[in-house]
Amino acid sequence: MDKFARYFLDWERMAQVFPDLLREGLRNTLVLSLGAMAIGLVAGMVLALLAISRRWWVRAPARVYIDLFRGLPAILVIVLIGTGLPLSGYRVFGREKFLYGILALGLIATAYISEIFRAGIQSVDKGQMESARSVGMTYLQAMRLIVVPQGIRRVLPPLTNEFIALVKDSSLIFIIGISVGERELFRVGQNYTQQHGNMSALVAAGLFYVAITVPLAHLVNFMDKRLREGKRTTADALPAGAGEHA
Amino acid sequence: MSATAPRVALRGLRKRFGNAEVLRGIDLEIAAGEVVCVIGPSGSGKSTMLRCVNRLEEPSGGAVEIDGQDITGPGVDINAIRSRVGMVFQHFNLWPHKTALANVALAPRKVKGLSRAEAEKIARARLEEVGLADKADARPSHLSGGQQQRVAIARALAMDPDVMLFDEVTSALDPELVKEVLDVMRGLAREGMTMIVVTHEMGFAREAAHRVVFLDHGRVVEEGPPQRLFDDPHTERLRTFLGQVL
Repeated sequence: MDKFARYFLDWERMAQVFPDLLREGLRNTLVLSLGAMAIGLVAGMVLALLAISRRWWVRAPARVYIDLFRGLPAILVIVLIGTGLPLSGYRVFGREKFLYGILALGLIATAYISEIFRAGIQSVDKGQMESARSVGMTYLQAMRLIVVPQGIRRVLPPLTNEFIALVKDSSLIFIIGISVGERELFRVGQNYTQQHGNMSALVAAGLFYVAITVPLAHLVNFMDKRLREGKRTTADALPAGAGEHA
Repeated sequence: MSATAPRVALRGLRKRFGNAEVLRGIDLEIAAGEVVCVIGPSGSGKSTMLRCVNRLEEPSGGAVEIDGQDITGPGVDINAIRSRVGMVFQHFNLWPHKTALANVALAPRKVKGLSRAEAEKIARARLEEVGLADKADARPSHLSGGQQQRVAIARALAMDPDVMLFDEVTSALDPELVKEVLDVMRGLAREGMTMIVVTHEMGFAREAAHRVVFLDHGRVVEEGPPQRLFDDPHTERLRTFLGQVL
């Protein structure tokens, strides 16, 4: 038991790595996940709107994208983009590995988020679109002003879940080799662990993840409950787990 | 557009859903200022016919003319047509994320391009007309069914339509709330609004309609002034139907 404490719960080592975790790791983890989330929200909405089109040739490319990026392991996408793109000469971000990481995470998030949005939009009663069209709004106006705002409210819980998943998946970008200063929580902890042959730094990194994800998970439960008991009769809950990571 | 063209004309209107032929060639002309009530058993095609008038359903054959213009033809700006054709739905289809005032003011702003102030002025006037001036800031979920339906009528009126379509607008209401909605419709009829009213309210049809149309199996079986239809039905099918509902 002593040995366990020494390897995993060495407070001194945790305290040593704490400043790096806070200033470098936490910051970069949040930049990675928020950046990917931003990409995912914008591209995911576009993709969701394509995916519900009545024209099959608009739907098809969206479906292929969604199936592909949900079906591939995140780490594979990260390596293909983070290592593959610069290696093959597509240096869209120069040598900024960090940005390739955001892009890779964002592309994965896009697939999940578009499915969340699609479920949300399709859960809005058909009559809402009809009444909007009946007063002369265009399809896009009706979507933007009437359907999407209602759909989005209902998907706040699964969107938060997606953000939690991104926070955790951002740890995978260490695989493409990032430099000091760009390390996220896991990499900071891992480096320290490798140098000192002690796991406590990784445990400390884990505490940081938990400090982000657990409050968010409880926020999701709270929102879910509010929506379920909701004053608004239209706030029907989505099928459980819509868009959740497998 | 000749001056003598009926406000609305259905010419050999057909609609099929898959193998089911719902409308089998309907010919009907409605003059400006005329109130036409459409009655018939459920499944007779009443609602489908009404929804073809503003092309919420696409006709499978025949034509729909408004002021002599065929609106089913190619190159028709259906949004412009719809902004002149108001519709009220069985389930109100108010937009739950907006106040009563915003529900009514939205189309004048976004479709007609009026300023917020102009649109809200119109909206307040329309809410006043349906007796709900004091509910302008209420969300639909805080209104009774009858109030919601009156807001829905105000929303359609705010676009200053040439025709109003009513699709079983009292069917989802508690009995004690039906009258307030019918009273608003009677007022509209008195003011000379052109109205096509799909309804099960035989009392309303008898007293407010200029003409009653009896639909069965996707065809007009009998039509004429309400007194004639209700007191002296010529066909067995109408006699049977009236025997069931009166």
